[in-house]
Amino acid sequence: MKLQEYTTSKHNFEECMKCTVCTAYCPVLQVNPLYPGPKQAGPDGERLRLKDPYFFNYALKYCLNCKRCEVACPSGVKVADLIQGARIKYDHRPPKLRDQILASTDFMGSLARPFAPIVNGVTGLGITKTVLDATLKIDHRRTFPKYSGRSFEGWLKRRTKEQAAFPEQVAYFHGCYVNYNYPQLGKDLVKVLNALGIGVQLLEKEKCCGIAMITNGMSAQATKHAKHNVGVLAKAVEKGLKIVTTSSTCTLTMRDEYPNLLGVDNSAVRDSLLMATRLIYEKLEKGAVLKFRADYHKKIAYHTPCHLEKLGWGVFSERLLKMIPGVEFTLLDSNCCGISGTYGFKKENYEASQNIGAPLFEQIRAVNPDVVACDCETCKWQIEMSTGYPVMNPISILAEALE
Amino acid sequence: MKFDSVIMGGGLAGMVAGISLQQEGKSTAVISTGQSCLHFFSGSFESLAEPSPRVAELFSQAGIRLHYQKGVRLMPLGSFQESALALEDIDIFPTPQFSRRTLIVNFMGYHDFFSSFLAEGLEKQGIQCRIRFINLPELEPTEMARGEMRPVQIARTMDRIWEKAVQEIRLLLKDEDTVILPQVFGLQDISVPSRIRQALPARVVFAGTMPPSIPGIRTQMLLKKRYQLLGGTFLMGDEAVRAHIHDGVVHSIVTKNLDSHYLEGDSFILATGGLFSKGLKSNPFQIFEPVMGLDVEYAEDRNTWYNPSFAEKQPYMDYGVKTDENLHPFLEGRSVTNLYAIGSLLGNTRPELGSGAGLAINSAFAAVDEILRSAQHDKED
Ligand SMILES: Cc1cc2nc3c(=O)[nH]c(=O)nc-3n(C[C@H](O)[C@H](O)[C@H](O)COP(=O)(O)OP(=O)(O)OC[C@H]3O[C@@H](n4cnc5c(N)ncnc54)[C@H](O)[C@@H]3O)c2cc1C
Ligand code: SF4
Ligand code: SF4
Repeated sequence: MKLQEYTTSKHNFEECMKCTVCTAYCPVLQVNPLYPGPKQAGPDGERLRLKDPYFFNYALKYCLNCKRCEVACPSGVKVADLIQGARIKYDHRPPKLRDQILASTDFMGSLARPFAPIVNGVTGLGITKTVLDATLKIDHRRTFPKYSGRSFEGWLKRRTKEQAAFPEQVAYFHGCYVNYNYPQLGKDLVKVLNALGIGVQLLEKEKCCGIAMITNGMSAQATKHAKHNVGVLAKAVEKGLKIVTTSSTCTLTMRDEYPNLLGVDNSAVRDSLLMATRLIYEKLEKGAVLKFRADYHKKIAYHTPCHLEKLGWGVFSERLLKMIPGVEFTLLDSNCCGISGTYGFKKENYEASQNIGAPLFEQIRAVNPDVVACDCETCKWQIEMSTGYPVMNPISILAEALE
Repeated sequence: MKFDSVIMGGGLAGMVAGISLQQEGKSTAVISTGQSCLHFFSGSFESLAEPSPRVAELFSQAGIRLHYQKGVRLMPLGSFQESALALEDIDIFPTPQFSRRTLIVNFMGYHDFFSSFLAEGLEKQGIQCRIRFINLPELEPTEMARGEMRPVQIARTMDRIWEKAVQEIRLLLKDEDTVILPQVFGLQDISVPSRIRQALPARVVFAGTMPPSIPGIRTQMLLKKRYQLLGGTFLMGDEAVRAHIHDGVVHSIVTKNLDSHYLEGDSFILATGGLFSKGLKSNPFQIFEPVMGLDVEYAEDRNTWYNPSFAEKQPYMDYGVKTDENLHPFLEGRSVTNLYAIGSLLGNTRPELGSGAGLAINSAFAAVDEILRSAQHDKED
């Protein structure tokens, strides 16, 4: 039965039956007239590009890489992979300085952190924003993520001994955001896992997962990061550790984009890499217990980030939140928030980005929750900026509700 | 993760089963890789020849209004087909001569609506037709990616500016008793089609376009919404890949996204669709059911699978998973007692349950009733 294998192309593009279902679910196509849409940019365009690279369309850069087209496609075409793959293969223009800056999250983080109060002050100033807008085309209406003065890595290192005392151990890929911008999320994870009798270790030296590099035309750097990270993860796996994460995008990148877009083999580590919510849910299912405060009350609206929807693991966050006594839970409709990492920071995308998110923002206002829950850091910036409602990672909500 | 019932496939059959079970207080999950045949749905439910209160109630609770009338409906290319039960915005006429003079309106630049074929078809019935195009700035190429002027893009715009379109149509109307419009209204705001009907001084008929179908997408969205509101767990984009079956009983299923995290259940429903949705697959040697390898009814000789003349009835459309009287499928000749096969996965192996949407709904109800009956039975034991 080899026939079927021989007729399968990269990213399954020949399976497309031209049904246009994907075009119904692409958030960009609804708001940006310059974007050709998933069908034309993906399988239709691939046919032409294979004939002649001349047919590569630079408008493919408008793709958010949200993967909604793939989730909707009835034929299993890897539409977004086709698009990102084509950008890697055919777009050889050097990335703009602005895109390089936005993409280098860990480099920027390590530079900015020691000067956090200054950087936060400066990026918050109207004048800085105007300058950034004019010189770098970073939209002035954006609010910038704040940098934290102390890194998460440093915090956890100081607790190495204390963590090693727990009978069970996991490694944590914290990502740039937890390390430089929001160490509290990492601390919350440690609190919840400790409550389950699990100690948390750092990886030997993780690097940024590289997603922003992939989407900003820096795939060579991204590949370096991917190889480095797979090596580091493999060391943890050899020690028999599972690796948990708190960011859906880092997870999707390391599990799926490494092999599918960058050609980096991650088969030795893929199954050991889990969202922390999944690990915690599985523990509880096997009989572990978390003790929650009796007086906890919160109205929570949960937004499933696009990349978590693609991973198919939103259900774990959803169930954990519903498990907390005193939580009034609403599942928000499946909708992209529009930020998609660095995409929404770019001046040319600001309008589209806000229009994409509009139905989600409206629904949040209608539900009027105490807090929006979401497993993605960039969704958090976008939703907080656009609605004014606070956004918390489900892990932080668990930590807050613990006794 | 454990549920009372795990449903594989989120098309019409899977959703009807999921909603019905949730309503009865059962916990369920629906796993669906990709969108379903509802995205191509005409709005008319095949083979439901009798009005059914159970169907009407399920749909109306989901916010989907149906109407029942025996007659014919207008097809996208101007022919007519029998119909009885349809979504409210799909007209059913007693006879094809439903009008004397008709104005067919399309949008400038929209190629997926076949106004001249429609006119040709209607003129055969003695209906005089006039075709007119309206030009709305919101549908100009600068506002909408030209290559993708698809029903969904237009429908989203129309949800906002349908009143403007109505004004333009008013100006075009002369002595026509009927206006035919492409079916691109009421994607998010389901009240739009009926408001257009009220706003125009002629009968308004919505005619089908190239897929995807707006009434179909709307139906899928509302069914999913209802299911989630009832507490159902919808795992969009995931795929059932294998099952653990011992002694004719399914214990759990394995999905692509949840890999080592199995989905367990007391009963399982397979609603993965026919060849079109990959609920059945074929290769040059066989037709098979890919998730569990269930027994499939089909002809041995591949040359008899299809009819070379394209327009004829195709034998492969009849092939489907073999089942016993309670819709339990067979694995190597032995029935799997807590598994149910429903919807177009059955092909035409159970003609008494109908075809198309009728088969999807009837078989879903039959499986649900059987699941509830055997659960009751177990309790009494
Ligand atoms: C193009 C087209 C138009 C039609 N129009 C009409 C019409 O107008 N009126 C009418 O009465 N009938 C129509 N039909 C018939 C249609 O088949 C039925 O009406 C009905 O919608 C079938 O529903 P279903 O749930 O059985 O299957 P489907 O709608 O096919 O749904 C099956 C679902 O299961 C998913 N799936 C498949 N494999 C897996 C897996 N391994 N794991 C998880 N999920 C999986 C698929 O992606 C799909 O979403 C049409 C059929 C087609 C093909
Ligand atoms: S990529 Fe998938 S959803 Fe899009 S047109 Fe092709 S088959 Fe349809
Ligand atoms: S990944 Fe998202 S933005 Fe890109 S084509 Fe697919 S649906 Fe559209």
